[in-house]
Amino acid sequence: MLLALVATALVAVALLSDLIIPRLDAAWKRHRARRQRAPTLLFDPGRERRAEQRARELLRSCVNEEEWAMYRDLGFIRVWGLQSDGPHAGGGGGAPYAYLIYPHKPIVAYMAQTRRLLSEYCVEFPDNTRPYGSAMLPDSDDVLAKWMALTGDERRLISTANMHLPGRQHDPSQVARDLWRLAQWERSRMRAAAERARSDASR
Amino acid sequence: MKPGHGEVLIAEGDTSVTEEEQRLIEEFRRQLDAGLWAAVPLACADGKREARMVRSFDDVPRDAERVIFFPRAAGGR
Repeated sequence: MLLALVATALVAVALLSDLIIPRLDAAWKRHRARRQRAPTLLFDPGRERRAEQRARELLRSCVNEEEWAMYRDLGFIRVWGLQSDGPHAGGGGGAPYAYLIYPHKPIVAYMAQTRRLLSEYCVEFPDNTRPYGSAMLPDSDDVLAKWMALTGDERRLISTANMHLPGRQHDPSQVARDLWRLAQWERSRMRAAAERARSDASR
Repeated sequence: MKPGHGEVLIAEGDTSVTEEEQRLIEEFRRQLDAGLWAAVPLACADGKREARMVRSFDDVPRDAERVIFFPRAAGGR
């Protein structure tokens, strides 16, 4: 009688092993995973903010006073284009043009006299060596990198960037408004400078 | 420039001291080998500022205060 019961149990276990073994294996793995210590990642919530603060100081030390004030007050920097034929062949026809540098947005080229938007240049400075976190530079570092690359080797940066028609990422009406703000800002600076000069002369 | 860090001092030294200059050259090469671009910020006589992109240590002006390394530009979306 006992022998028959044991034999039956063995047959039942053999038949159910396909169902039981994977479940036991999974339970064992779960148990081991629970016992493993998770690596402690020391996340510092103020890190990005401090990085941006350092980046602003670096930017301020590299650009001139007007460019720094422009970035501080308006959120972008204008850089004059230096290529005789415009940012890309046939683009400017010798007329003065400039770029607006925004943090983490495409560079916008425009004609200085007519404020006609020429193109958007999408460029990134990805750092793939980082162990974790964002691959993006702080905002002000992104602006500085674009500024250095544009003033240092405009042709190289423009040829590296992906060129698009205006309006792909920037709202043209917003850029037009930024150009208007820039003109107002420059006028007020010129007025302030003229008043300073007058008061200095009257002393 | 490093994401999440901002400015990081890599090396400093006096180029008139041979050993220090050698160390700066080695660090310069290491950064360029890592794929970074190097630029020297310059102040022009008319108050304008600009950067000079440098590809070798010899391109760095002798009176340059610093060389800034930053990730190589790539076409973005």
